[in-house]
Amino acid sequence: MKRARLPLGLSAVGLYFFLYAPLAVVVVFSFNAARHGVVWQGFTTDWYRRLLSDELALSAAKNTLLLGGFSTAIATVLGTLLAFGLSRSGLPGQRWALRLLQVPVFIPDIVFAAAMLLFYSLVRQWLGLFELGVSTMVMAHVTFQIPFVTIVVRARLAGLDPALEEAARDLGANAWQAFRCVTLPVILPGVLAAAMLAFTLSLDDFVVSFFTSGPGSATLPILIYSSVKRGVTPEINALATLIVLASLAATLSVVLLQRRRRA
Amino acid sequence: MLRSARGNSNLPGSVIAPLGCPTTTRRPPLRLALLATAPALLWLALFFVGPMLLILGTSFLSRGDVGELTRPFTLENYRRLVGFGVFGFESLYPLIILRSLALGGLTAILCVLAGLPLAFFIAGLPPRWKGAALTLVVIPFWTNLLIRTYAWQILLSPDGWISRIAVALGTVESGAALYPGAGAVLVAMVCDYLPFMVLPLYASVEKLDWTLAEAAADLGARAGQVFRHALLPQIRSGIAAGVILVFLPATGQFVIPDLLGGARTVLLGNAVQQQFGPGLDWPFGAAIAALGLATVLAGVWLYGRVTGGREEVGVV
Repeated sequence: MKRARLPLGLSAVGLYFFLYAPLAVVVVFSFNAARHGVVWQGFTTDWYRRLLSDELALSAAKNTLLLGGFSTAIATVLGTLLAFGLSRSGLPGQRWALRLLQVPVFIPDIVFAAAMLLFYSLVRQWLGLFELGVSTMVMAHVTFQIPFVTIVVRARLAGLDPALEEAARDLGANAWQAFRCVTLPVILPGVLAAAMLAFTLSLDDFVVSFFTSGPGSATLPILIYSSVKRGVTPEINALATLIVLASLAATLSVVLLQRRRRA
Repeated sequence: MLRSARGNSNLPGSVIAPLGCPTTTRRPPLRLALLATAPALLWLALFFVGPMLLILGTSFLSRGDVGELTRPFTLENYRRLVGFGVFGFESLYPLIILRSLALGGLTAILCVLAGLPLAFFIAGLPPRWKGAALTLVVIPFWTNLLIRTYAWQILLSPDGWISRIAVALGTVESGAALYPGAGAVLVAMVCDYLPFMVLPLYASVEKLDWTLAEAAADLGARAGQVFRHALLPQIRSGIAAGVILVFLPATGQFVIPDLLGGARTVLLGNAVQQQFGPGLDWPFGAAIAALGLATVLAGVWLYGRVTGGREEVGVV
């Protein structure tokens, strides 16, 4: 296969180009002076400046951060605990729990979103709970974040030497102390990576937010969607660029955190 | 990922595990383990299993005059889904199902074709570059799908350079837009889901036993034959895993056909949105969603079979 090096390299370069073309075009056109169309008419940072005085965008940014922050915090705690519990072999129903965790990962967003909308409105009818808003969005986001957190933390736990915890127990720590003082500090980079991923997932989500949002709780992706439905504007490209940069920073920090595992 | 922490105790002559020590790990104690799993499992039971059961239940209900859920229990929604209309055969929904399956399948096939060279390329890089090359594939996956999708509206717009090249090559008439349409949906789907394919493919290409390829080549096989008979059988499970990972979310996509498909490329995801949104026929929407859920459950089961249950969904 050595002979195939060159064509392989060329097609790989082409494919990387293909993967990044959409991101690149959004970034480039966020600096385009032209209000309409896709012809380059000079460099400007005007669209970013306008964004800062756009009330709708600012309120959507606030909602996005609130949603991402709260859901990530809850999902990280629950998902890490779940991964820790599942690390014990021979737990009753363990295989079923692991299978269950895969379903939210595979399920099309729209199916989950519709199910949440149905769930919230039925519970609201019966119990008067769950008025649609940021809190219902947080609960929905936590639900799809938990499996990802658990998967990442499980991978980290798999590389943990059980002797460490056993040593702590032998030295008189109870199970909780052993977890808090020995296991948790060792898996902490994995937990942080999981939290960053969970936050990125929340930041990326449009469909579930769209279905579970209420009046005044629009997030940045919802704002982008409703604007794009009316036509792509340079302001939207500027906003999208900022979101892409945030995801990029989060993803890279995950990669760095994961890499430290090997060091 | 699968390396075992105390794997060396299996080596012959190993003295690492002293007599009387349990060889399987029993940490943490059962009570603590159950306590730790309880909050998340309860959460998922309430906010995931519960809503899914509600979808299933609602799909057997009827729609009232103002869109409310009412009895009688009926199979009408499913009958409508497979084409039983008021006036005989109604092709709308069977066509949507077929179109979704076809687009999902086509996306998966194109992702295999694009993913294979990428996986082989990355696996052939010097070790210190592999991580970076793989990360470069994954990064777009972790950025907003909505943004990556609407970007194709810019890329494929009539005065964009892709359109101009297409016009110059004579593939489309001048001024004709490349979107909306099934083609634009397909391009964006492949672009969005390619990372899902590359990761499992890379994992299996990385484990390839190249001596088989050398042996085949020594015995006179041409490059194509070497690939088909010596390499392909070894990466078959990676391809299958990737196909499932791409096919499932692609068939249920809502954003991509919504932004790039236009009125004639309605997929299952759009149909669900239509019924839960403006259509206000939740029982019928629930039936479509239940079909999606059934497909996913089958997919998860198949994925477990294909990967032998060893691998969890690997996107990180």
